[in-house]
Amino acid sequence: MEEAFQLALDSAPFLLKGAYYTVILSLGGMFFGLLLGFGLALMRLSRFKLVSWIARIYVSFFRGTPLLVQLFVIYYGLPQLGVELDPLPAALIGFSLNMAAYACEILRAAISSIERGQWEAAASIGMTRAQTLRRAILPQAARTALPPLGNSFISLVKDTALAATIQVPELFRQAQLITARTFEIFTMYLAAALIYWVLASVLSHLQNVLEERVNRHDRES
Amino acid sequence: MIVVEKLTKQFKGQVVLNGIDLKIEEGEVVAIIGPSGSGKTTFLRCLNFLEEPSSGRIKVGDIEIDGSRPLNQQQNLVRRLRQQVGFVFQNFNLFPHRTALENVTEGPMVVKKTPRADAEALGRKLLAKVGLAGKENAYPRRLSGGQQQRVAIARALAMEPAVILFDEPTSALDPELVGEVLATIRGLAEEKRTMIIVTHEMGFARDVANRVVFFDKGVIVEQGEAKALFAAPKEERTRQFLSKFLSAGNGAQ
Repeated sequence: MEEAFQLALDSAPFLLKGAYYTVILSLGGMFFGLLLGFGLALMRLSRFKLVSWIARIYVSFFRGTPLLVQLFVIYYGLPQLGVELDPLPAALIGFSLNMAAYACEILRAAISSIERGQWEAAASIGMTRAQTLRRAILPQAARTALPPLGNSFISLVKDTALAATIQVPELFRQAQLITARTFEIFTMYLAAALIYWVLASVLSHLQNVLEERVNRHDRES
Repeated sequence: MIVVEKLTKQFKGQVVLNGIDLKIEEGEVVAIIGPSGSGKTTFLRCLNFLEEPSSGRIKVGDIEIDGSRPLNQQQNLVRRLRQQVGFVFQNFNLFPHRTALENVTEGPMVVKKTPRADAEALGRKLLAKVGLAGKENAYPRRLSGGQQQRVAIARALAMEPAVILFDEPTSALDPELVGEVLATIRGLAEEKRTMIIVTHEMGFARDVANRVVFFDKGVIVEQGEAKALFAAPKEERTRQFLSKFLSAGNGAQ
């Protein structure tokens, strides 16, 4: 028991280095995924059928295929087309593209849930469509979108373990490498699991704080 | 100052407005009455292009828009017109995530780029004017329907529009809250503000409006000086519509 504890301590720097990559992949994937997802959501809501369809097909593809397969296509497949990517950028691209599909659907649903009267009220004081989105629609849609976005984010943190399969030295990969050397399988994977747990817990706390903030106007007089 | 010419609106093959001509002078208060489905609300919504007309022309001040051209080809013109045309909705449509004051300052600050301090001074003044001094920091959810509608009126006033359109402003209110909103609108009428009011409050229309326009089946059946029209409608259809109200006796507010 003591030995196991000592091993976990000795391995901590390696695991934390892995955790660093996990955080990078999670934050990066979420950031670019949200950005792209927002663009896709606007495309989905466009009155031009073709634009809307492109977004729809994108979402259908990235939600309808395994993330693991998407990562393999990007990292192992693209070199055959002459596009060679390092593991980290390949993983970042994969997670961002995948997250974008989910973010698109969440944001589209949240934006559509705002009643037409809000668009009309903004229009009636002369706001542009962009001003209406920014000032009236998105702040309200955020309330609806935050819980599912938070869930997607937490899923993403856990899914970054898949990056181990394309050589990214993230948390799970580090645990694998140490295990191969020391054969302390249970200890290392448990240690890795605990770090994932801490990361996810911090995130759900942040999510709660954010939700409190956007729901402010419900409580205050 | 407002000129509507040959305005039509078809919706899914059905004719909602069938050639409306109307001129409104500065300082005039016009009440639009008529049965449900007569097109009166659609007409009002066409005036600031919340509804896209099928054809016809609408002129407000020096801004003129051809309703037969697609609206998205004249977005800028439409936005300029909307800044001149305030709109008060049946369901208030306040921004629920903003306080009463923020609802009022939103237009000046975002659309007109008025500095915050000036916009807030104006906002406070307008909230006081509609009887809501002290409610500046209240969110809409905490206000009664009547108070929300008065915030909405202040929001429309904040853009300093040339004309304010009211779409059945008291229809969504509990009966005991109707009076405070009508009193606010009456106050605006006494300031000689140009207003067009779609309403079912006949007593209010008779007492406050200069002119009453009676809509039925997408056309203007009759219009005239308010008290004269209520006292002696010329058209049979108008008489029919008003009979309930007239037989009820005074019906005054």
